[in-house]
Amino acid sequence: MYLTRRFAAQPLLPAGLLPAPVPLSRRGFLQGAGGLVLGVSFMPLAAADDPAIPGDAGSGVAPETTIEPQAFVHIGTDGRVTVYAKHLEMGQGSYTGLATLVAEELDADWSQVRVEGAPADAKRYANTLLGVQGTGGSTAMANAHRQMREAGAAARAMLVAAAAQRWGVPAGQITVDNGRVLHAPSKHNVGFGELAEDAAKQPVPRTLTLKTPDAFRLIGKTTPRRVDSAGKTDGSAQFTQDVQLPDMLVAVVAHPPRFGATPKSFDAAKAKAIDGVVDVLEYEGGHGRFGGVAVLSRNTWIAKQGRDALTVEWDESKAMKDGSDALMARFRTLADSAGTVARQSGDADAALAKADKRIEADYEFPYLAHASMEPMNCVVSLGERSCEIWNGEQFQTIDQAGAAALLGLQPEQVVIHQLYAGGSFGRRANPHADFVLEAVSIAKAARKQGHKGPVKLVWTREEDTRAGYYRPMALHRVRAAIGKDGRPAAWHHRVVTESIMAGTPFAEFGIRDGIDSSSLEGVIEPYEIPNLYLDLHSPDTGVPVQWWRSVGHTHTGYVTEVVVDELAYAAGQDPVAYRRKLLKDHPRHLAVLELAAAKAGWDTPLKAAAGEKRGRGVAVVKSFNSYVAEVAEVTVKADGSLKVDRVVCAVDCGLAINPDVIRAQMEGGIGFGLAAMLHSQVTLKDGVVEQSNFHNYPMLRIGEMPQVEVHIVASAEPPTGVGEPGTPPLAPAVANAIFAATAKRIRRLPLGDQLKA
Amino acid sequence: MVKMTVNGVERTHEGDPSMPLLWFLRDEAQLTGTKYGCGMSLCGACTVHMDGQAVRSCTMPVAAVAGKAITTIEGVGTDKVGKAVQTAWREHDVVQCGYCQSGQIMSAIALLQSNATPSDADIDTAMNGNVCRCATYVRIRSAIHSAARALKA
Repeated sequence: MYLTRRFAAQPLLPAGLLPAPVPLSRRGFLQGAGGLVLGVSFMPLAAADDPAIPGDAGSGVAPETTIEPQAFVHIGTDGRVTVYAKHLEMGQGSYTGLATLVAEELDADWSQVRVEGAPADAKRYANTLLGVQGTGGSTAMANAHRQMREAGAAARAMLVAAAAQRWGVPAGQITVDNGRVLHAPSKHNVGFGELAEDAAKQPVPRTLTLKTPDAFRLIGKTTPRRVDSAGKTDGSAQFTQDVQLPDMLVAVVAHPPRFGATPKSFDAAKAKAIDGVVDVLEYEGGHGRFGGVAVLSRNTWIAKQGRDALTVEWDESKAMKDGSDALMARFRTLADSAGTVARQSGDADAALAKADKRIEADYEFPYLAHASMEPMNCVVSLGERSCEIWNGEQFQTIDQAGAAALLGLQPEQVVIHQLYAGGSFGRRANPHADFVLEAVSIAKAARKQGHKGPVKLVWTREEDTRAGYYRPMALHRVRAAIGKDGRPAAWHHRVVTESIMAGTPFAEFGIRDGIDSSSLEGVIEPYEIPNLYLDLHSPDTGVPVQWWRSVGHTHTGYVTEVVVDELAYAAGQDPVAYRRKLLKDHPRHLAVLELAAAKAGWDTPLKAAAGEKRGRGVAVVKSFNSYVAEVAEVTVKADGSLKVDRVVCAVDCGLAINPDVIRAQMEGGIGFGLAAMLHSQVTLKDGVVEQSNFHNYPMLRIGEMPQVEVHIVASAEPPTGVGEPGTPPLAPAVANAIFAATAKRIRRLPLGDQLKA
Repeated sequence: MVKMTVNGVERTHEGDPSMPLLWFLRDEAQLTGTKYGCGMSLCGACTVHMDGQAVRSCTMPVAAVAGKAITTIEGVGTDKVGKAVQTAWREHDVVQCGYCQSGQIMSAIALLQSNATPSDADIDTAMNGNVCRCATYVRIRSAIHSAARALKA
């Protein structure tokens, strides 16, 4: 999802909807021996002000607030260390990352560390970069790394203080190693568990010494294995889909076929005749979410049978009835006129007019569904004045506030139990809390009918595909030219795409002067163009849109890196050499470019079998403050079929907390990007989504997965994210490789059969 | 009434025999390790073994498993191949979101039971029906090779 540093530490919701964040007062460092001593913090500094990782003692200040290590770490009398994760684990490794940070400073025994999802709590668990408790924008490590390390260090200090008291020895003589507390002179040596109760009675320290990087045992090492591997390989990991509660009813729903339609009337006779159907009820929709008809049963399949037996008449007077072809035609017409100007320097039109070599093209991108493997779902249990929610929560406090508003409760009265999410890719961070509030709305209607037990809303794959909140459709119209030296001389760029943030609580901060920054993030960057013009149209189509893994970069990165490739060829220069020149003042871009090119053997020609064409392409994209370059190698067969053989990736995400998680996220981001490049599109016909399941919204399968090599740039910069940045460079790298192989430019995604024509 | 064994335990289903096995396992037998992904045998998240063969439980009516032995992810840890695959999955940290992985593991076990030393191409063919949206495929290949090596040792 979307984020930039300028939003740092600002609340993203209107006042009143959420408690205000804790104000941060500041003070200077306290001096101490043996490394950096920080004033302890409960809320860490926002990344924009972050003085880099501890160990960089030369800068920065720490906030003066009360530390609350018990909010993040608990040590049991059995010696087990439980880390409370304020972030959702949706596959990206956040639980492992947060636990690594705590365990590092605590000197815990990794085999004793486990992670539990923290409850929703806007005060304790806010994402300091988003202003709400939420996981997105690849911010988990960026916002929490210091907070988690401080929590671990505080807990360690309390264990040491307890031991010093018990043994009557100076704390300075006590060491902690791998889950044990030791005093060498007196040969005391006990596990954390033996000191846990005494440690909890110790005052929380006012100052902390964090480790310098040379003392790391876990950070940067491959030893910490994912904390969720065991449960996810033996079937015991709990997803929302798996929640079973006494008296629970499963709700399967009939959604309107078109966005904006509402139920007019329905006939439930056939549904109610099915053995096992408990009830059929209409529930209210609202801003950003469907109203519809829900069939309740104790068994999911029976509920679905009941849903399929319903006859519902819909009021479509306010429904969206356009087709996506007509919408794209409208986008093209819009692109004929100027939009809202976002950037301007020099005179792009004049420079283009007198240029010898110029390129001119439209680039088109479809709607994309997130299609996580676990379709959206949510469990809600309502009491007289209470609400409990079980869910893989990506926006805890937005969902909590939304549920409270719908029920007339205070946010604190809505208790959220955090579970694993079977994927999300942004979908579970809905600014309107759509499916969560749908579940609440159904539970509310059920309670009115006397069903007091919990309700589990389960979307079928079809609802998940058709219920909207897609990556917006986009059209880019670009005219660019090179000068006599081959460098880009002019670049005129128009984007037509729906605003993700308009009409959401994020609009206040995310839309400035009519520009939704997620529509344009990264476009043309980091290239410096003397004559540049960039503008934006943000039409409202009535199709619900939302952030989708790497957000605007999914299209801006593609166009920028394909256009630069076109300019390189126009200049008669090698695409890596061309970028090297253009990026000479951007050392982190340049470093990943050089690393990926070297590891890929860029200068070694590819060998092609008879009748086949092979090509190599490169792209480098910075997103969410991480820098990623990818080199793709492709084979195009005589029949026009494409195989991406190999992708070499170089990533700079600052301090590498868990290198293996970083590699995994690059591998996954590459596969995710490749699915979109090759196959994915949601299309509408007369307002009805044409795709429904994996046969017509195909996923990447193992046979299409290239070999992937990931290389991590060593860095002492503050950690940035890895969940999203692996995705944006993939599609342009593949498109550029296709060009190298076939001389054909791919300007419309997905690729589909374009090479077969 | 349909009788079967699930992970060695006798089970009886007295409801609609056309109910897919998936929903019997998840909602009746409370074995939730087997996942719903598509309901059309398109993604493999619901893969279980029926008399040792990998099948998609989301489209397999309970009636069709009468008298059969069903094994789910909860039951494979005691089997030599099952254990080797689970161990390899952990050593390679294959999982990301994890939702598809029960099905991936069940397909991988079935592959290794019929082909002790699969090539990359064999793996791609055998595993092509199992979708992983997180695209953990690189590690799935490595983990299957690892499990194959461990079983030969």
